[in-house]
Amino acid sequence: MGVCVLNEEKAKIWIFRDYERCSGCRRCEIACSLKHEGRIWPEASRVRVFMLIPGLEIPHLCTQCPDYPCISACLFKALTIDEKTGAVLVDVDKCTGCGKCIDACPGKVPFIHPRMRYAVICDLCGGEPECVRVCMEAGYNALLKVPRFATQAYKVYARKPEDIVKDLALKVYGEEWEGWI
Amino acid sequence: MPYGWWGRLLEVDLSTKSVKVTKVDRSTMRRYIGGRGLGVKILWDRLGRKWEEVDPLGPDNILLILTGPLTGYYPGGRVCVTGKSPQSNGVVGSTVGGEFGVELKCAGYDGLIVNGVAEKPIYLWIEDEEVDVRDASHIWGKDSRETLRVLTKELRSEMSKERPLSDVCKEPSILYVGPAGENKVRIAAVAAKITHAAGYGGYGAVMGSKMLKAIAVKGTGPLPEVAEPDVFEKALDDVCKSLAQSFMMRYWGTGSAGYTVGADTSSEPIRNWQEEWHDETKYGSSFFESKVWIKRFWGDFGCPTTCLKLAMIKYGKFKGTLTDNPDYELQAYLGTNLGVFEPEGGVYLSAKADDLGLCGIQVGNTLGFAAELYQRGILTKEDLGFELKWGDVESFARLQEMIAHRIGIGDVLAEGTYRAALKIGKMKNVNLMPYAVQVKGIGVGAHGIRSGLDYTKPTAYVCSLQGGDHTSVSNLDEKNRPEEWEIILIDSAVVCWFNFRKEHVYRFFKAVAGWNISEDELYSETAPRIAAIQRALLLLGGPDVYWDPRVDDDNPLRFYEPLPSGPKKGATVKKEDVDKLKRIYYEVAGWDEYGLPRVEALEKLGISEVGKALERVKQRLQTS
Ligand code: SF4
Ligand code: SF4
Ligand code: SF4
Repeated sequence: MGVCVLNEEKAKIWIFRDYERCSGCRRCEIACSLKHEGRIWPEASRVRVFMLIPGLEIPHLCTQCPDYPCISACLFKALTIDEKTGAVLVDVDKCTGCGKCIDACPGKVPFIHPRMRYAVICDLCGGEPECVRVCMEAGYNALLKVPRFATQAYKVYARKPEDIVKDLALKVYGEEWEGWI
Repeated sequence: MPYGWWGRLLEVDLSTKSVKVTKVDRSTMRRYIGGRGLGVKILWDRLGRKWEEVDPLGPDNILLILTGPLTGYYPGGRVCVTGKSPQSNGVVGSTVGGEFGVELKCAGYDGLIVNGVAEKPIYLWIEDEEVDVRDASHIWGKDSRETLRVLTKELRSEMSKERPLSDVCKEPSILYVGPAGENKVRIAAVAAKITHAAGYGGYGAVMGSKMLKAIAVKGTGPLPEVAEPDVFEKALDDVCKSLAQSFMMRYWGTGSAGYTVGADTSSEPIRNWQEEWHDETKYGSSFFESKVWIKRFWGDFGCPTTCLKLAMIKYGKFKGTLTDNPDYELQAYLGTNLGVFEPEGGVYLSAKADDLGLCGIQVGNTLGFAAELYQRGILTKEDLGFELKWGDVESFARLQEMIAHRIGIGDVLAEGTYRAALKIGKMKNVNLMPYAVQVKGIGVGAHGIRSGLDYTKPTAYVCSLQGGDHTSVSNLDEKNRPEEWEIILIDSAVVCWFNFRKEHVYRFFKAVAGWNISEDELYSETAPRIAAIQRALLLLGGPDVYWDPRVDDDNPLRFYEPLPSGPKKGATVKKEDVDKLKRIYYEVAGWDEYGLPRVEALEKLGISEVGKALERVKQRLQTS
């Protein structure tokens, strides 16, 4: 850990996620959509909670891969990095909704807004994540705001919810549930 | 545009396969709120004139799935399932947790009206404005878990294919029935997620009678706008913070009651209510916790309380069994009530009820009834095909299967305790009502009244609009008002009982719907209006059973027997006291000496037409 502390990227944050702790309460979706859409709108939330196997909910959100494959894949320069937080920012005027960023993302995290033709990606709320606030307030602590280090395995979190939940099901429910999805 | 709700109900006719949107106007919403209240209003308008003729399991019954104006906004997503109940032959507002109501609202509807009967098994698929009546022959006959698995998988892969891009799509929300519902078992539940059920009322059987295996919905839009966005966000924060403080509830759910209601309040059903006290510490929450609980916090939409725990057995003969907690009600009804005092046994039977799509409370009540008949030699090994001894988990599981599939004696028990008591009583030529612990066709919840220590007062079930439903009790509150009036508000707003905090709910009504509902309005108008109609429909009843308030506004006979054990040994309630309290309750509720809502009261509430229907009840009562 000592080495990592030295490499801490100044002021950059990361949202730690512990799937086993997630209660499936979707308060993160509520808070995120209220903040970014002004409405409760689960399908437009930047963090989406998947219940592919009931009881094993997966909050799915951008992990800020160190090499940002989504950004390099965008042909229209619609995606940039927020200098302050490291978040991926979507320029909704430039974004055509072509979906190249989704193809490039190992976790298929971005999605096209259900009513607008642009990609939706977590912007880390400028450094004060709403999802983390409500998750912690409720005492679930499935999402935590932590400092971001240069050398951590962030990219492994860019995984599709179906793959994450299959592993979790094996661990929590056992083999019988492997074929659920 | 209204706030908090759309004013749109999706209406499907399964006989003609037609679909339309039915509007609800502002004044109706304001007067009936949503959920239970709106359900009662719709049923009254459409079926009131011929209520007695409507077979709850026939083509004329209407299945309603309704949200309320607070659904999705107030913490803890729920939806109200209702219609004419095949248990009470009145109306039961049966609510179930989950995201279904939120999805439905996000699809642009406040609720769903299902008319008619399909010719063959079908399911409904609602994707925003697209509504499809689909073949369900591949899932008909499947148990709950498999039904949910197959539907989730097929709908999600279909949605994925429709998408031009590679993004992952979320699952739809699904309400469904298991084999019990398909077989029109009157104690069948409507299920959601896993181990979530709308049990009271028997609406699983109504879905089955319509050949409706499941309803799946995906809404991609937002919830309706709220009246005062800033106030709303503040109110949401406040109520969540306050709910997050309820440490014990969050930590143990209702699970610790499996011990405390027995040991401390002496009001837990044991061996079909022959006793209500036990001191089995090995049945306490710490045993569930250390042996079988695998997930402590599992919440429905927006919920900081997460009373539901997940239990799974990973060893021994019941290995692989998965269910909720079981919560207190099922620790009692599929545990102590059957003489089962090991967590594994209760978990196994509770999971079995889930799989079969049975209401855990009702089936536990009926199993206990059957086991007492066996104990007394009224039902024999020949009748059952096996012995049915207290604590014998495997035999009870076997009987659950027979009930869900209507096999042998299970076919009779599938009618629920009340009707089974009538049928078996006739068969054996004995009066079995002393062993039927039910009120108006509904097995009472797992909170007794004899010790006087529980929240259930002597009239808790006597005048309830929903019979034995422990979540809709007819106590009088500290201001001498019917407690059920407030419960009507809870079920009509469609919020969770455990999350209900009066001041917050009123604040939400204002911020979300823009309604300035005062407590005074609730107690003098809104609730009495809904209650009067619900009471009228209950007493109209029919076609197979009718209630006589002089006889049926009463406790189960068992509750007049003294408690045989425990610190409250000898405690009981007296019939004459209950009768006195019942008179007071009638008076306060605005009901006459027959328990019928008074004509003047109905006029004042603007529903004098209900009085005309009650003439039919009066005639019946006067001639019988
Ligand atoms: S707020 Fe936390 S516990 Fe609730 S769904 Fe989101 S990540 Fe899970
Ligand atoms: S998780 Fe996906 S969206 Fe986020 S940075 Fe990585 S590739 Fe881009
Ligand atoms: S950090 Fe902000 S934008 Fe990102 S998921 Fe959380 S609430 Fe949404």
